[in-house]
Amino acid sequence: MANKKILITSIPIVIFTALVVVFWFSLGSDPTELPSQRIGKQVPEFNLSNLHNPEEAFTHQDLPKKPFLLNVWATWCVSCHVEHPYLVKFANQYPIPIIGLNYKDVRVDALEYLNKGGDPYLFSIADEDGTLGIDLGVYGAPETFIVDGDGVIHHRYVGVIDERVWNTVILPKVKELDPSLVDVEATQ
Amino acid sequence: MIPELGNFFLILAFINAILLGTLPFYGAHTNHKGLIQFAHRASTSIFLLMLVSFVCLTIAFIQNDFSVAYVANHSNTQLPIYYRISAVWGSHEGSLLLWVLILTGWIFAVSSFSKSLPAEMTARVLGVMGLIAVGFISFTLFTSNPFERTLPFIPIDGADLNPLLQDFGLIVHPPMLYMGYVGFSVVFAFAIAGLLQGELDHQWAKWSRPWTTVAWIFMTLGIALGSWWAYYELGWGGWWFWDPVENASFLPWLAGTALIHSLAATEKRGAFKSWTVLLAILTFSLSLLGTFLVRSGVLTSVHAFANDPVRGKFILVFLAIVVGASLILYAIQSSKVRSKSNYTLVSREIAILFNNALLAVSTFVVLVGTLHPLMVEAFTDGKSSVGPPYFNLMFSVFFIPILLLMPLGQQINWKKDDLPMLLKKYIWWFVSCVVLALLLTFGLNGFTFESLEPMALLGTILGLWVIAGTIKYIQLQSAKGKTRWAGMRKISRSYWGMVLAHIGVAVTTLGVVLTSYYSIEKDIRIEMGETVEVEEVSVYFKDFQNIQGPNYISSKAIFEVSNSGDFIAELKPEKRRYNASQMVMTEAAIDPGLFRDVYIAMGEPLNNGAWAIRVYYKPFVRWIWLGAIFMALGGILAMTDKRYREKKFKKKVSEEAVSNGQ
Amino acid sequence: MKKFLLAISLLLSAQLAEAVIETYDFDNEEQEQLYYEIISELRCPKCQNQTIADSDASLSRDLRFIVQQKVKAGETKGQILNYMQERYGDFVLYDPPVQPANYILWFSPLIIFLIILVVVVIRVGRRTIDPETGDVKMNDTHSNEKGE
Repeated sequence: MANKKILITSIPIVIFTALVVVFWFSLGSDPTELPSQRIGKQVPEFNLSNLHNPEEAFTHQDLPKKPFLLNVWATWCVSCHVEHPYLVKFANQYPIPIIGLNYKDVRVDALEYLNKGGDPYLFSIADEDGTLGIDLGVYGAPETFIVDGDGVIHHRYVGVIDERVWNTVILPKVKELDPSLVDVEATQ
Repeated sequence: MIPELGNFFLILAFINAILLGTLPFYGAHTNHKGLIQFAHRASTSIFLLMLVSFVCLTIAFIQNDFSVAYVANHSNTQLPIYYRISAVWGSHEGSLLLWVLILTGWIFAVSSFSKSLPAEMTARVLGVMGLIAVGFISFTLFTSNPFERTLPFIPIDGADLNPLLQDFGLIVHPPMLYMGYVGFSVVFAFAIAGLLQGELDHQWAKWSRPWTTVAWIFMTLGIALGSWWAYYELGWGGWWFWDPVENASFLPWLAGTALIHSLAATEKRGAFKSWTVLLAILTFSLSLLGTFLVRSGVLTSVHAFANDPVRGKFILVFLAIVVGASLILYAIQSSKVRSKSNYTLVSREIAILFNNALLAVSTFVVLVGTLHPLMVEAFTDGKSSVGPPYFNLMFSVFFIPILLLMPLGQQINWKKDDLPMLLKKYIWWFVSCVVLALLLTFGLNGFTFESLEPMALLGTILGLWVIAGTIKYIQLQSAKGKTRWAGMRKISRSYWGMVLAHIGVAVTTLGVVLTSYYSIEKDIRIEMGETVEVEEVSVYFKDFQNIQGPNYISSKAIFEVSNSGDFIAELKPEKRRYNASQMVMTEAAIDPGLFRDVYIAMGEPLNNGAWAIRVYYKPFVRWIWLGAIFMALGGILAMTDKRYREKKFKKKVSEEAVSNGQ
Repeated sequence: MKKFLLAISLLLSAQLAEAVIETYDFDNEEQEQLYYEIISELRCPKCQNQTIADSDASLSRDLRFIVQQKVKAGETKGQILNYMQERYGDFVLYDPPVQPANYILWFSPLIIFLIILVVVVIRVGRRTIDPETGDVKMNDTHSNEKGE
């Protein structure tokens, strides 16, 4: 009979153990990071002007027909300033097209910034009102989307892309889509 | 020099805690008088050591010793002296030191006030608390030492205390809350000592009761202060957001409330022993869980301390050891405990059982809602949020029956009662409450029943019902005396405590319900000299000034608020920019009243010298905190009941008699 | 790095301290009410734990603007919440939807309570008072097990 009761009095320790396990695995992860809702979906339709030429408009038809990176940035974004030199470097090193999405920015400031710091982008879309940004679920620049040749989003990276992120996150994902883009030797 | 001294005393306290956490157990086991006596001396010394250590950190703040990293990050030469002192607990490291100081304060209190307890029992209780102190002091020493230096690069000035925390509310809120959190360690220690000894009789419950109540009083006041502080300081008129950190304090409060009730049944009737012990363990475990959630960064919260996985791991391991060991001990020992089950379905025992079931499930609601985002993240690749819509609904589901049953639970007899008779006594009181609530909500709704919120009506009925039921209880109880007055005097102090605490619950309920449903909130654009109407209230923008504060510059507006021509108050909200951090803070201006607050917060300056301001009209909002004061006063009455003192007195007499006889 | 984190946390709390005050115009009171209801149920995706109503982050401003536009265009609460969820996920919904992942949230408290209710009624309900001795009769084969 005491044996039967110990089954009941052991319930709390069992539940508690399960909780501790959940906590343990929650510890490393960053609770502020959000998964993208657009993975596996097309880049939302848009009709926005060219950052370099307000008269000219881009739509999603203009996106490259091979895998590319869509980088969301702005001059007001402090971390973007950290990221920028890396992007310039990687754009020179690798044949991966990078499209800039200048998010909620002042056009003149953005252009001056690109003139000074270098322009890593194949072309730059000016999202002055942030409509495409919101459609993409952007919540904190810089964000980088990995998109395939059909315009389907495969991955989103939130935060600064530096050497480590480029080699451990971006390159492997792009390689899955198109190995030739990652082959530095071929282009140099 | 002084910071090193503080660190040195902290290390001494650590060694002291290790001794306190081991030797008394051995002493109690072998009945070694000297070691048992040692527990008391070690309890005094650990408190003094922590006090000196804490004072050292305080001196570092007062002297602006920016060679101490913690001071440099959280203080500034411009900071007024009283905020320099409260800045000691303004962030993680210092607040942890305060936590430990309070813990050792409780150890000292238990050692001082437990002369009437059996010596081995006290030794074990102090030993358990010593072990808890070992955990927390090592956490402080090894992961969060507030005495760490910034050498060799000493900053010229400090980074300043977060302006949000430069406020009276912060001076008092954390110490109060920690008194509560840590206070539950006492009843936890009693439970563990009881389990170790295999004695969970009514004596155990009787000793535990006043300690539980004291901790609960501090917790109640601490939570209320936090809510009040958020209300006037954050500038958005909210007083509770079901934020994980708020929940972290609410969880032990709810469990502690259940514990207070089940301890009564255990003490008086020997019922639910095993459950009561579990609840005592769970209440403190929830305190520890709260510490983990707040200080590990697993959850996002507006109040969380800086994230540090190392700290998170440390507390989690500590939590696992303390709670895990207790629950294993519980599983083994409590399976041997026999409770008395000398009651039927209609009895006070069952009323308390339902009170506990409902409070436990309410605790579960808050717990599962708080932890659910973690579980979703662990088991799926999505993210989820649980916020006020969930908590308000689910919490109400279980709190409504609590309020409904509360008046009956006060009156019902132990063992067996006659339900139809009981209901008959109350039926007309209930009907009157419904009528009164209808009238009240009719009035508040603008003299119409159109679009009357059913929940507002229900909440008002229940609030009034608890008050009415409590008055009826006094009426019934006092009828037992020869005269009404004699009958009243026969009601013991602890029952008056219960009455007052229950009225407090009703007052808070009314405050919550009426503010939630009848508040008016309006964002308006207003120019100097202009008058804007917000419902019946008109706001006149009278003047605008720029002011130089001690460590900030401020834009201050002066508004005259009147209600249909009658002047109510002059309100002076401010927008401050703090010099050191360049942070902007809204200082809301509030005209408080027993039945309504008028609240103005400044937004952004607009063109033409106009400002965007937010005006709130909040009926009955004060009742939320007023109720908490009633609850706390009720607790004070209950814990000072003479039955707790009498025993001690008698014991003393008998001890004296013994020593005289020798 | 530590300094940087500190600065960030200060910035975040700075947002928290500033009340968000905007003056939008609506066609009627229902729309205004709906607007406030919706913005106080949406979580700001980049803040610590705040609704877009309370947050002063620029993203929250944008989202409030969108909500205001949609409310004025006559969209329902469901449509607007759906729009947000499509972009930012369940994370932005403070009212978690009733779906399998959330069943434990919505149903387990009630189930636990019902189990307690049934167990108590079955176990204690059978007890009566012995009219002669006034003692409680268990009327229960394993009554002495009755614990908590």
